[in-house]
Parts: sequence; C-alpha cells; structure tokens
Amino acid sequence: MPSLGSDMEAGTLLEWRIAPGDAVSRGDVVAVVDTFKGAIDVEIFETGVVEEILVPVGEKVPVGTPLARLRVEGEPAAAPVAAAPAAPVPAAAAVAPPAAVPAPGGRLRASPAARQRAAAAGIDLATLRGSGPQGALTLADVERAIAVRPAARAMAPAERLAGMRQAIAAAMLRSKREIPHYYLGTTLDMARALAWLEEENARRPVTGRLLAGVLLLKAVALALRQAPELNGHWLDGGFRPGSGIHVGTAIALRGGGLVAPALHAADAATPDQLMAELRQLVQRARAGSLRSSELADATITVTSLGEQGVDTVYGIIHPPQVALVGFGRIAERPWVVDGRVVARPLLQATLSADHRASDGHRGARFLALVESLLQEPETL
Amino acid sequence: MSTVTTTYREAIREAIREALRRDPRVFLMGEDVGAYGGCFAVSKGLLDEFGPERIRDTPLSESAFVGAGIGAALGGMRPIVEIMTVNFSLLALDQILNNAATLLHMSGGQFNVPLVIRMTTGGGRQLAAQHSHSLEGWYAHIPGLRVLAPATLEDARGMLWSALEDPDPVLIFEHALLYNQAGTLPADAGAVDIRRARVRRPGRDVSLITYGGSLPKTLEAAGRLAAEGIDAEVIDLRSLRPLDDATILASVAATRRAVIVDEGWRSGSLAAEISARIMENAFYELDAPVARVCSAEVPMPYARHLEQAALPQADTVIRVARGLVRGDG
Amino acid sequence: MSDTPIRDTVLRALGEAVPDADVGHLDPDRRLRDQLDYFDSIDFLNFVEGLHKAFNLDIPERDYPQLATLAGCIDYLQTRLAAR
Repeated sequence: MPSLGSDMEAGTLLEWRIAPGDAVSRGDVVAVVDTFKGAIDVEIFETGVVEEILVPVGEKVPVGTPLARLRVEGEPAAAPVAAAPAAPVPAAAAVAPPAAVPAPGGRLRASPAARQRAAAAGIDLATLRGSGPQGALTLADVERAIAVRPAARAMAPAERLAGMRQAIAAAMLRSKREIPHYYLGTTLDMARALAWLEEENARRPVTGRLLAGVLLLKAVALALRQAPELNGHWLDGGFRPGSGIHVGTAIALRGGGLVAPALHAADAATPDQLMAELRQLVQRARAGSLRSSELADATITVTSLGEQGVDTVYGIIHPPQVALVGFGRIAERPWVVDGRVVARPLLQATLSADHRASDGHRGARFLALVESLLQEPETL
Repeated sequence: MSTVTTTYREAIREAIREALRRDPRVFLMGEDVGAYGGCFAVSKGLLDEFGPERIRDTPLSESAFVGAGIGAALGGMRPIVEIMTVNFSLLALDQILNNAATLLHMSGGQFNVPLVIRMTTGGGRQLAAQHSHSLEGWYAHIPGLRVLAPATLEDARGMLWSALEDPDPVLIFEHALLYNQAGTLPADAGAVDIRRARVRRPGRDVSLITYGGSLPKTLEAAGRLAAEGIDAEVIDLRSLRPLDDATILASVAATRRAVIVDEGWRSGSLAAEISARIMENAFYELDAPVARVCSAEVPMPYARHLEQAALPQADTVIRVARGLVRGDG
Repeated sequence: MSDTPIRDTVLRALGEAVPDADVGHLDPDRRLRDQLDYFDSIDFLNFVEGLHKAFNLDIPERDYPQLATLAGCIDYLQTRLAAR
C-alpha cells in the first residue's frame, strides 16, 4: 500500500487492474485504492510479471503492506516485491495476508461456474481466496465476494471529508511540532508578466489561454533548480533532495478539504504543458481520481489564495517537504519606478521553509530568483 | 389405492406372467428357467402355469439359444431370453452385436428383431471374478440396442412390458443384489416409461448419478450427507442406452457438481461417457471437477472384505461428494 | 435572441464548469465568484470555454470582466450576438 502523503496511514483496495501472469511496465496503473483523497490510481514502479495478488478487493491495509508480488525482468523465480513502493515516509510493518493458493505454475484454480459468474459480475478472481477442492475458487467464493462488495465501495463524501480533516490535522500538527519554519516575503511586480500574458492570450483561442498562475508555477520550478535545499524531503533526521522538481499544487475541493497533487518535472514543462496538466489535475482532484505518484511525489507545495482576495499567505509546510510558496492576489497598487510612484499590478509572494534544511539567505535568493524570472516571462 | 407387498424378484416374475398372459407370442427361454425355476428363482412356478412350450429350458449354450431367440423374433414371436449372468453373455456377444443389433440395418430396414434379453449383473455375493462383473457399460456402447437397468420394484415390474413393445432388441440388466429387495407396489402396477432417467431424491448441492445395484448405496450416501448438511440429488439413469442427457444435464446445471457411481471398471466406463457428456454440454455450469466412484480395476475378488473394498460403497460416495462440495473429504 | 435562452445556456455552461453549484438561485447582479464557493480561475476558464462552444463566439480575455455577473454575461452575449 503506497503512502499517498505523510498524512495517510491505511488504504482500502477498491479494484485490481492486473491479474497474476500479467506483464506490467513502470508507470502502469495496477490498482485503485480508496483514501480520503479519493479513489487513487496506484502506479507500479517496476517492470515485470505479476506473480501473485496479496490483498483482496475490499481489504483495508496499512501503508507499506505489500499488495502484490512481482517478478522483475531477468529475475528467475518469485521474489517479493511490493507492487508500489512506499513513498518517502517511514513504512509501516509489512504484513502479508494469507494468499490465495495458486496452482503450480502460478495459474489460478477456479471452477468454470466461478469464472462465468465472476466475469459477469466484474469480479477479479485473482483477488479472491478459494475454498474448493485443492484451494480452487468456487461459485460460492465469488458469490461471497459479490455479497461483501459494498464494503469495497468508495467512502461516502461525509466520511471522506471527515477522514481528510483528520489527516490534515495530523499533518499540520506534525508540521508545527517538528518543523522550525522561517518565513520570507516579497512583493512581485507582475506588470511585465501580465502584459506578456495579455498579448499572448489575445492571440490565442478561448481554449488555449494561459492563467497567470501557470507563470508563477513555472517561475517557482525554475528557481528551485538553483535552490535545491528547498526541493525535497526531510526524512529520518536528514534532508533528501528531490529526484526531480515536482511541484505540489494546492487544490481546494468542493465541499471542503484540499489536496496538493504534483505537477511532475514542472521545471522542464512549457507553460502550455503546465496549463494543460493543471486543468487535468484540478478536474481529476475534484472528481476524486488522482494517481498515486501525483500524491506521493511532490517535493514542494505552491498555494495560491489570491483568488479569495487575500494579499499574503503564511503557509504551513506539508511534511516531509521542506518548503511552501504562497501567492496572494494580484492587485494594482502604488509602486515606485524610476523615482516615480506609478500604479502597478503587485503580488505578495511568501516562502515558508524548514530551517533544518535551509537558511534564510538561501530562501531570500530563491524569492529574488522567482521575481527576476517573472520579469522575463517570454523565457518561462 | 390398494397395494401389494412384494420383492424385486416377484415383481419381475409378475411382469413375465403378465406378458405371457397378454401376448401369445411371448415366451421365456434360458438355462434352468423351467424345472429349476431360474437360477435366481425368478421364473419359479411359471412352467406349471404356462407349460413347456412357453417356459423353455435350454442347454448351456448362450450363443445357440440367444441365436434361437433372434430367429424367433424375426419369425414374429416376442421372446424373452434369460442369460444367467452378464459374464456368460459374452458367449452370445456375437449374436447380440452382429445379429440382434445390426439386422435391421443390414436388411435395409426389412427385418427388425423384437427380442428382450434379461440377465443379472454385478458383484457383492462372493461369487468371484467369473460371476461378479458389471459389463452393461459395454452393451451401452452398441448402437441398435436399448439397455435398461431397473433399480426399483416399480421398474422391475414395469420395464419388461415396455421392452417387449419395442420393435428392436432390448437388454435388461438385473443386479443380483436387488432380487431380495422388498417393498410395496400398487396392485395395478404395470408398464413404465423406459426413455427417461428419474430423480430419486431431489437436492441442491451435488448430483449423484447412478443406476441399478448402486442406487440403494447412493441413496444411503445421500441420506447420510444430508445429516452433515450436504443436500445431494440422486439420479437413477434407468436407461443406459440411450442416456437421458436432458435429465443429467438439468440436474448438474442446478447443483454444479456431479459424482457418477458406476459398478463397472473406471477405464472406458459408462461413468466415463457420462462425465464426457457433462464436460461437453455443461462445462460452464460446473463448480468442481466431475468425480467418479467405480469398481477397483481388478478381477472381482472372492474374499468378502476384498470384494467389498473393490466395489463402490456409500462411504466412498460420501467422501467424494464432500470433497466436491466443501473442498475437504 | 431573447434573454431566456441565453440565460439558460449561460446557466448550463456554469453548471458544467462548477458541477456542484446551485446555479438556479443566483443573484444576477452579484459577482459569480462571490456566490459560488470554489469558483476559481480554472472554473472560470472552463465557463468561458463553455460559452464559446455554446454560442460559437470568440470571447477575448479583455472582455472577461464583463462576465463577472449573471446579468453581465447575458448583456454581453446579447450585444455580441446582435452585432453578428
């Protein structure tokens, strides 16, 4: 069971997309897991052949529990490999439940009637345990699985919201208890960025327009290249730089709660790509169908509350990340340019950073870099 | 409705008596059927009642008197030929297979053979390997024959007349252990349908498919299975050729598990044929492999404990059925 | 085009952009953003795209402020459609 954030302790297996014998490649969605963040598609991080399913549909298991057994390429015999690696948090003890009895050669034993019924009901036999002769799956096993299936249903919205509230509470408490935050703020002059955006959008059809937020995300991602101490995780008493720049984007969910799924390798994406990804991410986050890597991989979080009318965000870091960038609203204000007071669109940017991983000097340079990148929007 | 207390043996005798009375073309012949009253005492008293023209003793020459029966049938008679046991019928196999079963075909439909051959079958009486085998499955292999296996008083009483009405040869297999089975029959019991199998005990969990001498053992097994919560359906095939596929398949489709209990040897058996038909026609209904309980593949032993060990028994049926239903056994 | 079908189409586009919103009871003169919880810039973009598709109308970004209220949307669209 992958950790989809430090605030997750357990997940319920909703659906298997694989069966023993299937070949899988890194990045394939192999299962769907229910969490308070929605029904999350679990991706596999190895390429190989599925040997055995260890957790049946409907079961709730702690983070770190092996979900399936995989034979990776070039490996001769069954080697235990978790279907999805735990995210960078201390993994819970791996407890494998008693598995179904596979026939020699790994083939599933199931009666023809069981197969027929399971196919009709959309039940994956590989997730069941057999009670028939030689451990074979029988019709009764399938009927039982169908009967308990409501237990594998996704959580009700209220339940999910309550779970998410609890998880946010736990994560934020941990953050405030463990992370020595320091806060830096600066005012960004958005005139050039907005002018470039206006010109750009005027040339684009309705469906191809960019939001200012995308420029902010891109500027943050690029600036992080030169501020690696802000991009990564604090784990086991030390800082681990992120393997890429995966910018978690705080998305408020309708009805309450929020998630911050990652835009992978945001520094390498064009604004158009980021825009498309962001729209997708928002849509899927609100539909409750994110992917495991999106929830597990973020190396920093960006939160923008300007649309709600606030000027400044004083953010709390999402552990085990070590930094959070907050953006307020863009508003016209007096600003001094060349000795003259002029009206300029201004934006308050703040950095909340973990003092264990970085110092204010580095944080200040990072914000300055964001500012200067936004002065050359065409290069973003 | 008034009933009579009777036995399997008496029911067959009553059926022969009725046939002799109803149709002057009917006569009985075989080894010791007259003066001795039949090796299993089935025809006792019939010689006195009907005289030596219609109750005819024959020499110990199965090929000859079965051949005579075929000739009589071709000549317009309705002979009932009794062969002492199925073991000895092999001496007449040429007559049965090459003549009785094929003449209609060889004559281009001109000559049918309305012959009924009765014989005992089966073990369990310590008569050793030359008197105890169950070879009816072999006859069920032959096109041109109808093969019946009465397992109840009603069928013992009623199958003979229906067989005599068939224009083609019919073999009736009477399991030797059934002759003393006692019970009641309606006073007016008579001909029965000989085309369909019967559900002798309805059940939901497993179909026990059997016939003849194994029916009582199978019913006993079903009763004991019920005590442990397994609801077994018992099917009495009654006709071994042709097989009533519809009844078998309907039962298996409902219970999804089948055990075939057949006193013949397993290899190339009637049980194998039934199993194959279930696979061919009801594969997707099955929730467990088809299982068979057959005789051990040895010449039937004389010693009682060895003979009992070689024959299908209720205990074996219970163990196998339990294994299919519960996965243990 | 009278304002009723325009109004209906606007509300449909709004409902599609903000699936959980109760668009039946909107004050036509208050800002949409103030009446709809979680109506963010991406939702707004989706809303404009919906209008663009429904009316086959190119809506330049500089006109976005006119779409801030329901009444504003209807006025704007009536004007634009009449000019066509």
